[in-house]
Amino acid sequence: MEQLFNRKYIIQGLFLVVAIILLAKLFYIQIVSDAAFVAAESNVLKKKFKYPARGAILDRNMKVIVQNEPVYDLMVIPNEVKSFDTLALANALEISFDEVRKNLKKAKAKSNYQSTPFSKQISVQSYARLQEIMYRFPGFSTQDRTIRHYPDSVAGQLFGYVKEVSQADIDKSEGYYRSGDYIGKSGLERSYEDVLRGEKGVVNTVYDARNTPQGSYANGKYDVNAVSGERLISGIDIDVQKLGEELMLNKVGAVVAIEPATGEIIALVSSPGYDPNILVGKGFGNNYMDFIVGNPYRPSLVRPIQGYYPPGSSFKPIDALIALQEGVVDPNTTFNCPGYYMAGNHKVKCEHVDGNISMRRGIARSCNTYFCHVFQNLITKNGMKNQRQTYQDWRDKVAKFGFGTKLDIDMPFERKGYFYNADHYDKIYGNRWGYTTVISQAIGQGEITATPLQIANAMAIIANRGYYIKPHLIKGMGDKKLVKKEYVTKNYVGVDAKYFEPVIDGMQDAVNSAWGTATLSRIPDIIMCGKTGTVQNPHGKNHSVFIGFAPRDNPKIAIAVIVENAGYGSTYAAPIASYMVEKYLKRAVTGARANQVEWMKGQNLLPPLIDPNKKPKLTKADSLSIKKTDSVKRVKDSLKIKSAVIKQSVSTKPVANKPAILNTKPETK
Amino acid sequence: MQQQGNRFFFNVDWITVLIYIALCAIGFTNIYASIYNPDKSVGFDFASSYGKQLIYVITGLILGLSILLFDGRLFNVFAPFIYGVTLVLLVIVLFVGRNVGGNQAWIPIGSFRLQPSEFAKFGTALLLARYVSTFNPKFQDIKSIFIAAAIVLAPLLLIMLQPDTGSALVFLAFMFPLYREGLSGYFLLIFLGMIVLFVADFLVPTYILILILTTIGALFIYANKRKQKLIITTVFVTLIAIGYLFLVKVAYTKVLEPHQRSRIELMLGLKTDNKGAGYNVIQSQIAIGSGQATGRGFLQGTQTKYGYVPEQSTDFIFSTIGEEWGFMGCSVVIGLYIFLLLRLINLAERQRSTFSRVYGYSVACILFFHVFINIGMTIGIIPVIGIPLPLISYGGSSLWSFTILLFIFLKLDSNRMGFI
Ligand SMILES: [Zn+2]
Repeated sequence: MEQLFNRKYIIQGLFLVVAIILLAKLFYIQIVSDAAFVAAESNVLKKKFKYPARGAILDRNMKVIVQNEPVYDLMVIPNEVKSFDTLALANALEISFDEVRKNLKKAKAKSNYQSTPFSKQISVQSYARLQEIMYRFPGFSTQDRTIRHYPDSVAGQLFGYVKEVSQADIDKSEGYYRSGDYIGKSGLERSYEDVLRGEKGVVNTVYDARNTPQGSYANGKYDVNAVSGERLISGIDIDVQKLGEELMLNKVGAVVAIEPATGEIIALVSSPGYDPNILVGKGFGNNYMDFIVGNPYRPSLVRPIQGYYPPGSSFKPIDALIALQEGVVDPNTTFNCPGYYMAGNHKVKCEHVDGNISMRRGIARSCNTYFCHVFQNLITKNGMKNQRQTYQDWRDKVAKFGFGTKLDIDMPFERKGYFYNADHYDKIYGNRWGYTTVISQAIGQGEITATPLQIANAMAIIANRGYYIKPHLIKGMGDKKLVKKEYVTKNYVGVDAKYFEPVIDGMQDAVNSAWGTATLSRIPDIIMCGKTGTVQNPHGKNHSVFIGFAPRDNPKIAIAVIVENAGYGSTYAAPIASYMVEKYLKRAVTGARANQVEWMKGQNLLPPLIDPNKKPKLTKADSLSIKKTDSVKRVKDSLKIKSAVIKQSVSTKPVANKPAILNTKPETK
Repeated sequence: MQQQGNRFFFNVDWITVLIYIALCAIGFTNIYASIYNPDKSVGFDFASSYGKQLIYVITGLILGLSILLFDGRLFNVFAPFIYGVTLVLLVIVLFVGRNVGGNQAWIPIGSFRLQPSEFAKFGTALLLARYVSTFNPKFQDIKSIFIAAAIVLAPLLLIMLQPDTGSALVFLAFMFPLYREGLSGYFLLIFLGMIVLFVADFLVPTYILILILTTIGALFIYANKRKQKLIITTVFVTLIAIGYLFLVKVAYTKVLEPHQRSRIELMLGLKTDNKGAGYNVIQSQIAIGSGQATGRGFLQGTQTKYGYVPEQSTDFIFSTIGEEWGFMGCSVVIGLYIFLLLRLINLAERQRSTFSRVYGYSVACILFFHVFINIGMTIGIIPVIGIPLPLISYGGSSLWSFTILLFIFLKLDSNRMGFI
């Protein structure tokens, strides 16, 4: 009996043990873990994002060149959809019965519980019709959004495009982007994404278990208003840009114009170009395939920053400047030009037989012989035995002009060009090489290639008499007009200002004297200094090149024009440059020259395609092998300028590169 | 009259009555919160669940107090009759029962629905107490065990037929009073083993279970290799256990209907049903867990207010308490129950009459089963078994049956000095 009484304690003990088990589990889910709390919040809380308007972009005259247009998307939350009149919805949207079903299926596949696009960018008419009958379609809602609009329909590569984020973008953004958001994918839209996109807003709404809204969460304490993207002021003169694109119509090439004093880019033409409006919204996919990928002249190549061209004659002023600074020549030094220059037993041809020729005239007439002599003096100034080191010193001095390195323009995927160090030649020739081996670089041919941006920047350096500011497209961000520090910093090239005048004299003569090479491009009342170039192209007709700046004193614009396969520089590149400079400085091209502008626009200089249905596909491997064979060939006949390789034709894919990021402290300009 | 009243209420354990009232009040408050809709709060609504619950509480209290007016001896005398009536009702419900939620548990009487399974509990408790007190068996012989088992299993099986597995399971609580009265502890262990094996049979492949059982048996034999008798018993038990495994499988596939199977699978978590029982448990745990230490406050629980927990005022009422009153509130409620249960056991032990003691144990253990299964279910440590939380869950049948159960014991207790 006593024993049975003790069983009371076993039973009471069981009660206590069970109570402790219950309390332990409760302690865990209520106090230790916050998983349930988070789950409860996500049960009742739905975030609706409010999309800010993307920042506008203005040109240097405060004209809007990139703006927004409202569009409407029809959204759907599939699990809230009740059976509805499919036909009525199809009619309102002007789509087929089947499409309605297909779209709903697609939305379901994406998410059953979240608002998913059903029909994007519906027309204003459809939107108006829908507003009246919306109540008949539970689960559907309209969302207004803005898309980009480019009023001038120019500068596609410059502005870039905006597109729905990819999964990779979402992963990289550490939670900022969500599926369905938009992001700048190329051009300015990409490099200034952080500034342009603004701040997304969010409205937290409480929902009950039947998914009906029950009002704002915590009185809107955690709601955030959308903040519109900041506007950008660019240095672009949209009128000059537009003229440039028209002049380059049916031509392949690039134009870069820079304001020398500020480094602001006035125009950046990549031809063939395209209307950026074709890459907005619904038509993106088809248009991208048709106009960008489908064009055999590859508008996807942003030639001003990705195209590789030998700088050609535009390199000669730099030779002269360094030679003057080094003291290996003075402005009065003359060389004799019999129509060629002998480097060892190789001959470098000159276009003319110039006889005894001075620097000023050498520049004006673009005498190859003169600059081969200058180069010879430069590389051999420390004796024949020290040529390797002297070459490297020279190379480093030229590099200060921006060759062989990126100029950090505020556009993605800029490329740096080729400009080799001495060890490159060591690899090919061992220690048995000298100035004769690399003599073609004296006249901007051979292994050296540069982007039109680098070439234009070199012009800005001469215009500035010794320094440059990194060329950039955006001169002010937001209302405070902030600008990156690197875009107000002067970069000196190490040549004293006094050495520039003799060189500029020669460039002035090139355009303005009777014996110049670009005399036909003289601009009334404005002294433009310049230099034509005819870049030899082993794959076809020579490229027509012109570089210059104007006016001579206190220059306002430096410009580089390259027209591929167009022949002499004086025929196409120089006039195009002169029209754009005149347009910029005088706001119009006047007189007889206005007719010449129209003539130029009508010229079709597109190089013939080998197979018009097939665009030449060159892989990276091809480009490497071509380079290699060219180099080997150069060993044998480095003096035959023919070997110049136009590398722009093999640079198909832009190198993936981080876009300019605002990591430097913005400073008020 | 005054003296009369004193006689009726003399010696009543008022502490238990206070706990009873406290639990009813907690129930009403939380049912109000479960039903509360911020948009439609227009004064007090007697047609709503909380309005009805208030009526149930008041009538329940009246019912309880009137039970105190009875002569305690009547319960002993009428025990077989009351038991018989509840059995008959359980049979009737199988034929005229209103089908609610997949089982026929309710007898409609006008606008009122009677749930006989709730009342079968005290009928069984009374008859069991009567049997033990009359014959004073020590449950050392097969016959007395068989009789006691028959008393418990008759209503259990009838309830299984409805089918209302949850309510039937509660009848297993009668094992504890029998244990207190002398039933061998092995029965509890065997029973525990059967439950474990039943559940395990669904979660683990049978051949693995056989392997495990054989290994345990072999180890046990190895440890006791000198004791021949024990070895024989072990082999026997192992074989029976293995046989039981097959029996469960066969019974499961041949005897049970598909919908019953599905309920068991859901119960064991073999099937997830986002709209059904699985969803309930997940939402219930979210609600309780989100209450954190001190709760979101009365009428402030978002999961409760916006209806995320289904059946929240009935079987899942504990989720309201958990969300709005937090760990603190949960501890108070569990504390009150445990205090009540321990007190009931103590009260039972102070009885001079065996009838009162057995009945007291029965009440305590039935309450314990309900509390443990219900709260365990809402926090996901026990599969979903739909039985109410005593005195707190919404519902008249449940509230009254617990009231009757409890107050009969209070009456018996108040007579503890006399002979019943
Ligand atoms: Zn010459």
